[in-house]
Amino acid sequence: MAMITADPTDVPVVVDFQFTPEYLALAREQIAQYPAGRQASAVIACLDLAQRQHDGWLPRAAMDYVAGLLDMAPIRVYEVATFYTMFQLKPRGKHLLQVCTTTPCWLRGSDAVMKACREATGVAPGQVSADGLFTTVEVECMGACVNAPMIQINDTYFEDLDEASTKRLIAALKRGETPKPGPQVDRHTSAPEGGPTTLTTIPGGAAPLAKS
Amino acid sequence: MLRDEDRIFRNLYGFDDWGLDGARRRGSWDGTAALLAKGRDWIIDEMKKSGLRGRGGAGFPTGLKWSFMPKEVGERPHYLVVNADESEPGTCKDRDILRHEPHTLIEGCLIAGFAMNAHAAYIYVRGEFHDEAVALRNAIRQAYDAGLLGENACGSGWKMDVYVHRGAGAYICGEETALLESLEGKKGMPRLKPPFPAGAGLYGCPTTVNNVESIAVAPTILRRGAAWFAGIGRPNNVGTKVFCISGHVNKPCNVEEEMGIPLRELIEKHAGGVRGGWDNLLAVIPGGASVPLLPKSICDTILMDFDSLRAVTSGLGTAAVIVMDKSTDVVKAIARLSQFYKHESCGQCTPCREGTGWMWRVMERLVRGDADPSEIDALDNVSRQIEGHTICALGDAAAWPVQGLIRHFRPELERRIAERRGRPMAAE
Repeated sequence: MAMITADPTDVPVVVDFQFTPEYLALAREQIAQYPAGRQASAVIACLDLAQRQHDGWLPRAAMDYVAGLLDMAPIRVYEVATFYTMFQLKPRGKHLLQVCTTTPCWLRGSDAVMKACREATGVAPGQVSADGLFTTVEVECMGACVNAPMIQINDTYFEDLDEASTKRLIAALKRGETPKPGPQVDRHTSAPEGGPTTLTTIPGGAAPLAKS
Repeated sequence: MLRDEDRIFRNLYGFDDWGLDGARRRGSWDGTAALLAKGRDWIIDEMKKSGLRGRGGAGFPTGLKWSFMPKEVGERPHYLVVNADESEPGTCKDRDILRHEPHTLIEGCLIAGFAMNAHAAYIYVRGEFHDEAVALRNAIRQAYDAGLLGENACGSGWKMDVYVHRGAGAYICGEETALLESLEGKKGMPRLKPPFPAGAGLYGCPTTVNNVESIAVAPTILRRGAAWFAGIGRPNNVGTKVFCISGHVNKPCNVEEEMGIPLRELIEKHAGGVRGGWDNLLAVIPGGASVPLLPKSICDTILMDFDSLRAVTSGLGTAAVIVMDKSTDVVKAIARLSQFYKHESCGQCTPCREGTGWMWRVMERLVRGDADPSEIDALDNVSRQIEGHTICALGDAAAWPVQGLIRHFRPELERRIAERRGRPMAAE
């Protein structure tokens, strides 16, 4: 369960929220996926869009707007916004560093990744760094366990990390660069380091096909 | 070892094109209309004969599950829902299917949807898998553009729509009824069963919820024949399976192997062996965080399938193998899982809401040895009062790792308590 902050006092007051025409079009596309009268099914998608439009966090005004858009009671939208961990209920840094610390990542050194985040951003988990760029949070299993330890930064997974490579990632983000996603060691996706032990007789299975 | 030609996910690692051209080259979408023309009874019968057991963790026979759907469509439409809310710690197999082999899943949706009289399939992808959801949506768009989905899917005359629904971070939504609640726009709180989803599922309509891998293997099973799939592995534990090997191995990886492969062979052949050698092994969690761990003595000979693992009071679960070598603080490793379940409990049932937090707090004290020896039995006892007393299986899942630790590592728990008691207070 996400932390419930019914009437948070440490959150800036946002009086008005509405989708821009672009975001409204994306929301309508999502709503169209569901049968007539079942538009509430799009609540997660709409809250996600609202969060994207609003610097990565959801003020109550956005929840109320989504409630109106989907013809839902506002409380039903608040319930959803506070239940799911991906909804941020207060402002966060430009880059949300979500460090997985569940057992498979912990076994492979997620403590060092957390330490690197704390040192490189200069603030404790949950805080926004002085330059406004970073917020670190500890999260539960992200489903990339054979590439542990890992961080999700906004939408993107960075895998096979250690303290040094985590610091390199954060330094690159500070310089405004876009680091290469996926494994940060010499390895292709979930295949074993050094190359697959299977699919070697399938063209394209264990190595890229030669360009014809 | 499974031969390459018997592997279903030939682009598991994503070296090749995930798109339609690559998928067709690997055999997807080949003669799909002809498979549908054989009729839904044939499809369901063939799935039953294949012996496929659900790949999401519970191992329920997939063909049988499909047969529970009403034979005729009444007033309410039928739905297929695919569970891609992959969040069981240790598990990352569906992710590879979503991003590297999406067309196996999409073709599976058409076949399964047709077999259960559903014109719509919703694929519920965990919210964190953003890039995977994008890849899947792109593949679905390709399928529509090629006429493989839509009003007349593959020219079969069957109308089939496939939609991607993203979650937003909640392990509990991997439970099928919580997933349906979430899909309807609510908090992910499991429903009481009955009614089962086949009677009243999504929007109160007949619904079947299947794991990604269960649906994605269906097209290949039907093309190559039930006998082919049933011929791999051991009776009642057949087919191929994507294993995820994480933790203290030299080369963690996903790999598709034969069901029933010895655990030691799986780790040594594909994951580069245990760090420091097999004798440096302490324990393995063989099927994702929810199943009890196994000490090395059992790991030496155990086969990786449903019945073998059940016989040693563990389970195949999602076939996510978490390896711990002798450097591991095994109490801490399990305490971290207790913290996970405490975080992920939806809070609906008292034994789980209160019990997961209670177990975690006791586990944290046991890490330090800060407990009375009698609390080990108390912990085991409380775990059994959580197990089986909740609406969904999260309570069981939280109890089993703790029970496994007590079953196999009680001397270690007792040692820590004795050590701490022997220590003078001033030294703390």
